[in-house]
Amino acid sequence: MADYCVHVTIENKPGISDPEGKTILNDLVLKGSNQNISKINTAKMLKFTITENDKESAQSKVQKICDELRIYNPMVSVVTIDAFDV
Amino acid sequence: MNVGVVVFPGSNCDRDMHHVLSDVFNVNTQYCWHDKPLPENIDAVILPGGFSYGDRLRAGVIAAHSPIIQDIKKIAEKGIPILGVCNGFQILVESGLLPGVLLKNDSLNFMCEWTNLTVENNKTPFTNQFQLNEKIPIPIANGDGRYFIDDETLKQLERKNQIVFKYDQVVNGSSNQIAGVCNEDGNVVGMMPHPERAAESEINPYDNKPSSLIFESLLKKIGANN
Repeated sequence: MADYCVHVTIENKPGISDPEGKTILNDLVLKGSNQNISKINTAKMLKFTITENDKESAQSKVQKICDELRIYNPMVSVVTIDAFDV
Repeated sequence: MNVGVVVFPGSNCDRDMHHVLSDVFNVNTQYCWHDKPLPENIDAVILPGGFSYGDRLRAGVIAAHSPIIQDIKKIAEKGIPILGVCNGFQILVESGLLPGVLLKNDSLNFMCEWTNLTVENNKTPFTNQFQLNEKIPIPIANGDGRYFIDDETLKQLERKNQIVFKYDQVVNGSSNQIAGVCNEDGNVVGMMPHPERAAESEINPYDNKPSSLIFESLLKKIGANN
C-alpha cells in the first residue's frame, strides 16, 4: 500500500456558458498583449490523498466516490481524474 | 395540519418561513433538523433558503446527502407537497427530486432584487389558487440561481407541464427564463424567488396577495383553515 495524490478537475461541459472564464479572458488577458489567447475555461480542482495498492486503484476508487456522491454534476460538468505518486 | 420546515447547517430563511406559515397563515409549523428523521405526522415539507454547508463544493449538494432527504424522497413518492425555495430548490435538484441544475448567475453577481414571475402551471399544491399567467412581484436573493436544463429535457418539461414559474424578463440567464419547476407528479416544486419575503403587506412594496396565494394554495391542498 502507498499514498497517492489524485487530482479531480471539474469543468463545464462544452456548450455550458462559463461567464467567469469569459470575464478573465475579455477583461484581463485580452487587455494585455495576448491576442493569441482565444479561450479560457475555469475549473474546480479537488486533491485527494488516498492509500491504495497501486495508482490505477487509487484513480478508480476516487472516480467511484465522485460518481456516487455527485462530486460533479454530470448534467453540466465533466470530470478529469489523474493519479500521481506522492 | 402540520408543515415541516427543514433546517440544515447554514439555512437562514427558516425562521422567516416558519413565521409566515405560523403567524400569517395560522398553520402548525415545526422545524425539522436535517439529521433527524422526518416526523411522521407531516402534511407538507418546505426546504427554506440559505447557504447550507456554506455552498461548499456546489450549492445544495452536501445537504442533498442529509439523512432527512431520504425521508423526504419517500414522502415525495406518496404525493406529499414539498416546496424548495432558493437553496431549498438547489437541494431538491441536487438530490434528484427535481430536474435541472442551478448555476452561477450570468452576471456572476449575487442578485438581490424584486422580479416579476408568471404562473405557468396552476395545478400544483403551491399554485392551485392562481390563474394561469398571473403575475407575482417577488424578490430573489441568490448567487447561483441560473436554472439550466438541456434542450431535450426542456421539451419534456414543457410537454409534461413541469415549468411552474417563469421570470417576466431575462434576469440571470436561466434556460427559457425558468424560475421554478415541479416533478412529473407536480407535488414537488422548487423556485428561486422567496415567497416568504413577499406574503405580507408590511414587507412587500408592490402587492403581497400573489405571493400569499402560494401559501393559500398549500392550505387548500392540505385542508387547513386559515
